[in-house]
Amino acid sequence: MDMPDFSIALPEIFIACAVMALLMIGAFRGNKSTSLVSWLSVVSLIIAGLLVQYEAGETFVTFSGLYRDDAFGAFMKILCLGASALAIIMSMEFNRREKLARFEFPILIVIATLGMMVMISANDLMSLYLGIELMSLSLYITAAFRRDSERSTEAGLKYFVLGALASGMLLYGCSLIYGFTGTTNFDVLSQIFTTGEATPGIGLIIGLVFLIAGLAFKVSAVPFHMWTPDVYEGVPTPVTAFFAAAPKVAGMALFLRVFIEPFGALVDQWQQIIIFISIASMILGAFAAITQKNIKRLMAYSSIGHIGYALVGLAAGTEEGVFAVLVYMSIYVVMNIGAFACILAMRQRDGMVEDISELAGLSKSQPWMAFLLMIFMFSLAGIPPLAGFFGKFYIFVAAINAGLIPLAVIGLVTSVVGAFYYIRIVKIMYFDDAGEGFVPVGRTLSIIMTVSGIFVAFFVLFPSPLLDSAKAAAAVLFS
Amino acid sequence: MEIGLAHYLTVSAILLTLGIFGIFLNRKNVIVILMSVELMLLAVNINLVAFSSFLGDLVGQVFALFVLTVAAGEAAIGLAILVVYFRNRGTIAVEDIHHMKG
Repeated sequence: MDMPDFSIALPEIFIACAVMALLMIGAFRGNKSTSLVSWLSVVSLIIAGLLVQYEAGETFVTFSGLYRDDAFGAFMKILCLGASALAIIMSMEFNRREKLARFEFPILIVIATLGMMVMISANDLMSLYLGIELMSLSLYITAAFRRDSERSTEAGLKYFVLGALASGMLLYGCSLIYGFTGTTNFDVLSQIFTTGEATPGIGLIIGLVFLIAGLAFKVSAVPFHMWTPDVYEGVPTPVTAFFAAAPKVAGMALFLRVFIEPFGALVDQWQQIIIFISIASMILGAFAAITQKNIKRLMAYSSIGHIGYALVGLAAGTEEGVFAVLVYMSIYVVMNIGAFACILAMRQRDGMVEDISELAGLSKSQPWMAFLLMIFMFSLAGIPPLAGFFGKFYIFVAAINAGLIPLAVIGLVTSVVGAFYYIRIVKIMYFDDAGEGFVPVGRTLSIIMTVSGIFVAFFVLFPSPLLDSAKAAAAVLFS
Repeated sequence: MEIGLAHYLTVSAILLTLGIFGIFLNRKNVIVILMSVELMLLAVNINLVAFSSFLGDLVGQVFALFVLTVAAGEAAIGLAILVVYFRNRGTIAVEDIHHMKG
């Protein structure tokens, strides 16, 4: 029997080995090694990113067709690795101050990232499932990480129960797809459907619906969003920052991979479902956030809405649509990291605060942070010339070119409604009377804030590196 | 009467439905939810093995082995989270899990 080609999966193998080494360091040196382990985790994520970059370009399939490495995967993996590395860096100061500094935290994030990379490179229903579970199981633990807090453990429990339900449904969908087509491999599935060898019967459609339900849960699209606000509110803030960025990217990558490649020929069957969940997510994200007082809950509804917009691009089902989703997710990650860096800086002398009203008068006490948060909020609302506008622009253009004009109109209307609550935050910061004020922002947080602020503000001048690589990545799914 | 593929699929569908209803209708305690999750995964395994034998293809059985392994890990993590929750609240009744609205 031939040995599989391990070198193709080098980034994943490297991360898996790095995790074991880091666990050893942590196990032998205890919690005083936390900052060493955190920085080493960041370094290993960066090295993995370089390995991904180094190998990018051609398409390889290995491990008996379970694993695929291509330009699309490389694009999404670099996004996930970057978001995870930033999440670890942002968590360090917070964890030290809140007495949460345990070495397991960065390691769990790295393991979750490994799961995401497996998801992104999945070329078979089996590797898809294993990737999702590797990511989810680590995320359940990070959610309950503050184990002496009622809110954090309750969030972890809720996330676990609903996540396990979603995995069960996804798996049932996989089993039906396997049964009615006789294969779990994406290449074979795609071949069967394009040649019309297997007609999509009722069993296969039910399997597909279960699969969509499971994936929609992982990206928190309506109607599988119930966990999002509670979990975002309950878990420690750096974990929220992590949840809002990397797992969403990996989930969307899986959506694109599964529905464009193996089930691309069945677009008539899945398009309506995707359109429905996309409209429902956009509407819920826009309206439910209006009444929120807790900024983490608000960001939860905001992320539900943004997933709705990204799904518009998938609903288009064209190469242009996929390109738009890739651009949208990249910009979304940067905006979210920046916004959460600001939220992590909401610390008063006696601890963290999460109420939006505490932001009052921030423009006087900390003008720079207020200015950056304003940029992020305007960008999340999609106001030109900030980066968020271009994300939405490409999505809606793709939808219109695919003939989904009602969907684009609903998207425009909900983004206008959504602008209300983003701009309300700006109003509170600039026009309300000052409250107690925050303690000065730490150095790492202000660097992260400023760099993402610069990206968001000046994306309009230098869009081509991102657009070119997104275009190349999108082309791979249609070749 | 010979037992065919349809019978296995029916049993599996019933088990899956029981599992889903066990999660939503259960008002008593969280351990029952964990049991329901296991029930769902076992329903999937019956499906996979039945299809595998029907199609004469080994992939389904390999998949079932993976599912069994992951299910063990999932149960361990679920119980661990349940224990830390119990230490904070002193109860694992489902109706008491409402610290955050929603």
